[in-house]
Amino acid sequence: MEVFRLEHVEKTYKNEGREFQALKDISLSINEGEIFGIIGMSGAGKSTLVRTLNRLEKVTGGSVSFYGRDLAGLSLPEIRKVRRQIAMIFQNFNLLEQRNVESNVMQPLRIAGVPKDMGRRKALEMLEVVGLTDKKNEYPARLSGGQRQRVAIARALAADPKVLLCDEATSALDPKMTGEILDLLKEINRKRKLTIVIITHEMSVVEKICDRVAIIDDGKLAEIGEVREIFRNPRSEAASKLVLPGNPFDPSGRDSRLIRLVFDGTAAGRPFIAELVEQTGKKVNILSANTKSVGGIGYGQMVLELPKGEADQELIISFFRERGLSVQEVTRRE
Amino acid sequence: MSEYIIETIGRGIIETLQMTFFASLLAYAAGLPLGILLYTTAKGRILANRPVNLVLGFIVNIMRSLPFLILLVLLIPFTRFLTGSSIGTTASVVPLTVGAIPIVARMVESSLSEVPDGIIEAAESMGASPLFIILHFILPEATPSLVFGAAINIATVLGYSAMAGVIGGGGLGAIALQYGYYRYQKDVLFTTVSILVVMVMLIQESGSLITRKIRK
Repeated sequence: MEVFRLEHVEKTYKNEGREFQALKDISLSINEGEIFGIIGMSGAGKSTLVRTLNRLEKVTGGSVSFYGRDLAGLSLPEIRKVRRQIAMIFQNFNLLEQRNVESNVMQPLRIAGVPKDMGRRKALEMLEVVGLTDKKNEYPARLSGGQRQRVAIARALAADPKVLLCDEATSALDPKMTGEILDLLKEINRKRKLTIVIITHEMSVVEKICDRVAIIDDGKLAEIGEVREIFRNPRSEAASKLVLPGNPFDPSGRDSRLIRLVFDGTAAGRPFIAELVEQTGKKVNILSANTKSVGGIGYGQMVLELPKGEADQELIISFFRERGLSVQEVTRRE
Repeated sequence: MSEYIIETIGRGIIETLQMTFFASLLAYAAGLPLGILLYTTAKGRILANRPVNLVLGFIVNIMRSLPFLILLVLLIPFTRFLTGSSIGTTASVVPLTVGAIPIVARMVESSLSEVPDGIIEAAESMGASPLFIILHFILPEATPSLVFGAAINIATVLGYSAMAGVIGGGGLGAIALQYGYYRYQKDVLFTTVSILVVMVMLIQESGSLITRKIRK
């Protein structure tokens, strides 16, 4: 079931006669129950993109639909009703500083016209989900960043939304708190079957919890797909930049070449470098290697320097390709 | 100072307090909504409306740029029409209110502008209507700043009320003018001015105190 469908979405800002195109021909859909990542460098347009999902930004071309309804056609009261089903959390939390935690969480329920005592019960229930029942009478100023984001999540969930949009929700938090918030989001996604859209500039966030990811580069959709697939085999330059750390090495000689191998958990158990030496007698020089876990599966990557001789180099590359490894040339030439 | 003068000063204090209280109350009754309108109709705000904002801003600026003494004189016919007289405490409330409305409106606008945009965006993302956003997001968040601004405004009205003495208003200002200025009774002048200073300080300090108390 599609929650959002974007077709050829365009967004152009006009400011004193000058035009700026923030989104260019973006088409994608987001499915029910998934955690969908939108990643890009700052200024790539991802914040604008997520705001088209609840029409905080109106598109200037194409269409955005939510469960099959085109958002552009909705009247103001209608879009407000729709927004109640699309909760949002922010980098700066955006809690009311002059209201206590409980009152903050109750805010969406007030908007929905829920009676006060029912609202209170619901707020307490939500604070339990995020583990902050003991803080219900505190004011946001007295909470840590992680706790504030938990309150924001409780507030977002209070009116039983269908989707949760997270706009750089962990960017103001330290790594430990980021981990805790991401675990919480994952748990909420699983337990409540809540669709989550995550905007971030950090690949580590996508690695940790997203099922699918869209890579936005200069207002365009550079690549979209399963996170695992993009890690294994990034096709666009933007994706490669995000997925693979820069290669700091230069080839030692004019004829040598550098390649990068990427392998997933299924191949990680095989000693393929040793196999290469055994079966072909060719030797490679390992310049760097690391592994990380993406969606519970181990991913490894290695930068290898190949010996001189084009025939040998091609032989080695095809040896790896035949074994299902992704091979990319990363040689830099001045 | 004679007993009569002391009695007069006592009555003057009460009149000054009355004028300040009623003029401030009425000025807020009109200035608060006006300030909210100035804020919400500004560019990029929740009820952005350029013509309305321009017209309101223009009126407020004109009213603010008139020296209060001139406004006092200009408003005499209007005051007489409303209260049946242009002298006395009740009559003074009219020009005081009119003079304070634009000041209050700008102060309110400035307090509301301090509310972070993110909070308003959060409110919009929850599907709140503009009225709900004003009542349940913007005003509560701006309350400490509004209270602080109110202290400044009330102190200003108090100062203006002394000026109203010039055209026959009551209160301490009139006493200072009559006895201190026209009759060279320096002790009366000194006493009344001291009382005014103390009153302004009390208003300002209690405003600051309340602001600190309620700001979380």
